[in-house]
Amino acid sequence: MTEQDLPALSIADLQALLRRREVSPREVIDVLRARIEGVDEEIGAYLSLDMEAAKKEAEQANVNLPLGGVPVAIKDIINVMGQPCTCGSKILQGYRATYNATVIRKLRAAGAIPFGKTNLDEFAMGSSTENSAMATTRNPWDLSRVPGGSSGGSAAAVAADEAFAALGSDTGGSIRQPAALSGIVGFKPTYGRVSRFGLVAFASSLDQVGPLTKTVRDVALIMNAIAGHDPQDTTALNEPVPDYAAKLGNDLRGVRLGLPKEYLIEGIDAQVKAAINAAVKQMSSLGAEIVEVSLPATEYAIAVYYILATAEASANLARFDGVRYGYRAENPRDMLDLYGRTREEGFGPEVKRRIILGTYVLSSGYYDAYYLRAQKVRELIRQDFAKAFGEVDALISPTSPVPAFKLGERVADPLQMYLADIFTIAANLAGICGISIPCGFVEVDGHRLPIGLQLLGKALDEARILQIAHAYEQSTDWHKARPPIATAMSKA
Amino acid sequence: MAKTSTLDVAYVAKLARINLTEAEAKVFQQQLDDVLHYVEKLRQADISDVEPAAHALPVFNVFREDAPREWFTAEQALSNAPRKANGLFIVPRVVE
Repeated sequence: MTEQDLPALSIADLQALLRRREVSPREVIDVLRARIEGVDEEIGAYLSLDMEAAKKEAEQANVNLPLGGVPVAIKDIINVMGQPCTCGSKILQGYRATYNATVIRKLRAAGAIPFGKTNLDEFAMGSSTENSAMATTRNPWDLSRVPGGSSGGSAAAVAADEAFAALGSDTGGSIRQPAALSGIVGFKPTYGRVSRFGLVAFASSLDQVGPLTKTVRDVALIMNAIAGHDPQDTTALNEPVPDYAAKLGNDLRGVRLGLPKEYLIEGIDAQVKAAINAAVKQMSSLGAEIVEVSLPATEYAIAVYYILATAEASANLARFDGVRYGYRAENPRDMLDLYGRTREEGFGPEVKRRIILGTYVLSSGYYDAYYLRAQKVRELIRQDFAKAFGEVDALISPTSPVPAFKLGERVADPLQMYLADIFTIAANLAGICGISIPCGFVEVDGHRLPIGLQLLGKALDEARILQIAHAYEQSTDWHKARPPIATAMSKA
Repeated sequence: MAKTSTLDVAYVAKLARINLTEAEAKVFQQQLDDVLHYVEKLRQADISDVEPAAHALPVFNVFREDAPREWFTAEQALSNAPRKANGLFIVPRVVE
């Protein structure tokens, strides 16, 4: 074990070293800082770092706590007191959080050290991180490609070994899709499993906080720390939290896995399809029974999502008005001028588009045709999943129909960008949990690009989903592959 | 491209308190017309016996004790204000 190899470790392996006193929490911070300095100029994962504060926390760290001395990167839409929280938006430039999100409080109580904030699509609206007003984040496997989004900074940081793990948020796939495109593990818990107090709200009936990690076991370790009830978030479920890590095993006997026939759409990359088929075979050889299931309302999911999510966003983002915090237009004539110009200058195009669409679908005369109808179709989608989970333990699909695409390739056509969310979006509408894990590579232009396999589970069944994902992961080597930029650093 | 929806981007942007340049309004108009055209497919769904789902999970009437607790000081609440004075947020004159 050399210093160069340390950043590639999983949380579980890092903890073993920390507990055997082979490395100190302080040394871990120093090594991590060196790695970030080595690669982040090219990756662009971080928007801000506070390594001095991290070092102080590391000096006090108790390595026997569940995440004692483990640094965790945080998507820059989750409030960490005293640190910036830009949400990737000019409208929050210069803002400093005046309180801690519940997940930050819980991570710290478990001994973890939040040390830096990662890039994202502005207010988590996007699938490529290109909508950030702050920085460009690049895919560690091919620097000319996107890392996915909206939690693209978190995904790229973990993939490039400049974070051991990170928190993200997932409203329509924003944890799972960047995890898939960056070749790591990303987990969206059940709606309400993790408190959202301190997560800047995008679409309140869909948003959920979750981890991006190198292994499924690391997801379990972070979920053990952050899941659970919170009086500060009325949607945080008051249900017991099992020990997710204790239940991980290696076989899939007795597990029933469903292949939704509506997910065999045109437009799935041939190599992606082949990798998913191979993964299904692999899980079958581990003892799983594979059956076909039907989710007939799938074709409506994207349409429902872009009505409900934009409607909720138009209300949530009304608070950014230039009065109490953030950016304010110069020399406003009056209040209307202050609001109109602050929001014109402060928001980027995707956020403006979504606020306008959301305002429209909620407006008098159109509410029933769009918003109410979408809520009803959402119920159909929910019922589809309830029925499917009466037959199977989990559903399998690709996380994304395509591997990472080129920077700039899709920005001009928002609808095409939205359509790529087909496999992830329904889970948010139904409130269920889902994970993306590495399951192979596509070869494009001399680069290996990672492929993600998605497993969806019913509400509050995260323990079982993690078991299934872990059993598959441990039977493969996909999660051990590191991108060229990270292996170059280890050899340096 | 011909306008295919009833959405008037310039008007709705005003409702949403976002100033737009004419060029921006024109681009958004086409992009959002495309999106609205796409969501038309929801008309095909049979929703005759369906209750709307506001949330995915059946959680109702969540209460907590209405007890005072430590919270922001006025100073903290004002710490990010673009303009402030005398413990207040300063905005342009509203009443003549």
